[in-house]
Amino acid sequence: MAWKALDRLTPVAEGEAPLLSEALREKIRSFFPRYETKRAALLPALHIVQNTLGHVSYQAMEEIAEVLDIHPSDVLDTLSFYTHFWTHPKGEKVITVCRSLSCEVMGGKEVLDEIKKQLGIGLHETTPDGKYSLVTEECLAGCDHSACLLINEKLHKCVKPEDVAKLLADENNDKIDSERSDLFDPPPESAVTKTDASDGTSDANEAQEGN
Amino acid sequence: MAKFEPILLKNRGVVNSTALKVYESRGGYQALRKALKMTPETITEEVKKANLRGRGGAGFPAGVKWGFLPKDRTRTLLCVNGDESEPPTFCNRVLMENDPHQLIEGTIISAFATQAQVAYIYLRVEFHEVFHIVQKAIDEAYAAGILGKNILGSDYSLDCYIHRGAGAYVCGEETGLIESIEGKRGQPRIKPPFPAIEGLFRLPTVVNNVETLSCVPHIIERGGDWFSSIGPEHSTGPKLFSISGPVKNPGCYEAAMDITMRDLLEREDMGGGMLPGKKLKGVLPGGISMGVLTADELDMKMDFADPAKYGLLGLGTAAAVVFDESTDIRAVLRNVARFYASESCGQCTQCREGTAWMNKMATRIESGAGRNEDLDILLETARNMGMMPGLSICGLPDGATFPIETIVKKYRGELEAAIAAQSAEAAEQILQTMN
Repeated sequence: MAWKALDRLTPVAEGEAPLLSEALREKIRSFFPRYETKRAALLPALHIVQNTLGHVSYQAMEEIAEVLDIHPSDVLDTLSFYTHFWTHPKGEKVITVCRSLSCEVMGGKEVLDEIKKQLGIGLHETTPDGKYSLVTEECLAGCDHSACLLINEKLHKCVKPEDVAKLLADENNDKIDSERSDLFDPPPESAVTKTDASDGTSDANEAQEGN
Repeated sequence: MAKFEPILLKNRGVVNSTALKVYESRGGYQALRKALKMTPETITEEVKKANLRGRGGAGFPAGVKWGFLPKDRTRTLLCVNGDESEPPTFCNRVLMENDPHQLIEGTIISAFATQAQVAYIYLRVEFHEVFHIVQKAIDEAYAAGILGKNILGSDYSLDCYIHRGAGAYVCGEETGLIESIEGKRGQPRIKPPFPAIEGLFRLPTVVNNVETLSCVPHIIERGGDWFSSIGPEHSTGPKLFSISGPVKNPGCYEAAMDITMRDLLEREDMGGGMLPGKKLKGVLPGGISMGVLTADELDMKMDFADPAKYGLLGLGTAAAVVFDESTDIRAVLRNVARFYASESCGQCTQCREGTAWMNKMATRIESGAGRNEDLDILLETARNMGMMPGLSICGLPDGATFPIETIVKKYRGELEAAIAAQSAEAAEQILQTMN
């Protein structure tokens, strides 16, 4: 794929209105008693914000910093280390294909190529309808069922290239069977519409890995 | 060989094994009741007697680790390392998916032995289903008075929280994990001070692996002597081994540490041999960081001592990945090199640059533009990074050097043949398109 540069010069249009609702802030604060410092609630905060808003924009980072009483640059500093967080809009569902050795030996690359072909997108890209984003990740610890991939929370095991079409067509391909905990889910009150899945042009996570 | 009676995996396959009721009906939380009547010192002694060595990779004795805590401390924290990011390891996932209460019981006993007030279970974010299972088990335990204030009516109280990671291999290193819980980049810290003296939130901290802690209830229940009677003297207790790749039965198996790599691959109750039509080429027996064994070296014992004789770093996570004759060794080299280049945290220059350059060389070799001197440069780079020459903060670069060094040394003939088979013209063209 040709290099697509992220436009960092144009500020992302963000409203004056706060992104983090009071319920969301309260949910983040509920993690404070667990730790000795407020900053330690940063990873949980980022998870909850991303699960609610879809991604963590600069404005959201500033607002998280406000809640945790730290500097916004500290939020960016931590966030940029971890591959799980998105600073730009992503698709409704994120497909994470494992690229570890077990999966590679068992045909993971072919599965990835098939997904790319069927969705018509490359790595770190989002489909035009905003439905899927595609990334790879190191070992998903599902090696006894390689090749494997995640669609949001759901781990799909022993995937073969010929299974891909059926998998993508399944509406419930991101639903897990076990009982869920809502610890990191959006707070129920905040009916915040996701800012994601918008135009599909925003393709990249800031972390372009050595690949 | 007699079939090993599962200990850690005894509840695997039991219907509804994650439920508290089922766990208790199978003898669960009896060890905790017993432990709460003991003193913390006697529990630590028992674990020392069992010679329980850390299952996370380094093999450091858990009881000795607990003994490093300062005597005059007032607050102590326990971190449970469930980051399990070493490819291709999944024993912890199997343990937590099938038996979360065993982990919680081990955590409470260990926290009591170290007099910790809070335990954090660090789970990698990719473990979504595991998170929901363990969180449900914790909620159940709180409701039953097994966690929280005055556990089972004793004076001891403990809070237990799950802390979810966000996708970083290096957070499995104990100080990287600590930084990550503190809400920072998961970059390992310079030691000393070791976490036992100054760890999470600068308080005395113990970090133990999920599998290590899952052993603790059994030690309390059946005694340290029983535990140390299993397996060879230096590698005691039950151990989970996993195998993946083109084998008949990929999966997680429990045994004493007296089995060989060949047993793990070929025994009918374990790997069951290669898939039909596949011929073994090599195996990375301890997670990819430990190095590679060729098809002739399968008699290596899977314990803490033997791997060094085969040029490997250690037992590691005892997770074997097998590759067959149809796999290009250059692809294996490249996959391994890419992993470390992408996961190096970037603090230490020789690791950040070394892993990146090894990845570039391996990529070049794989795409058909390798040079013989690349192999020598790979070896030289490998010799000049890591904790062994004393150049890095954590062990990640050592984990990078061992597989690369052993692959280059043990498969040099094949690599050189592949390089010799390249056409000079095509290689030149490939070089033009790369970078």
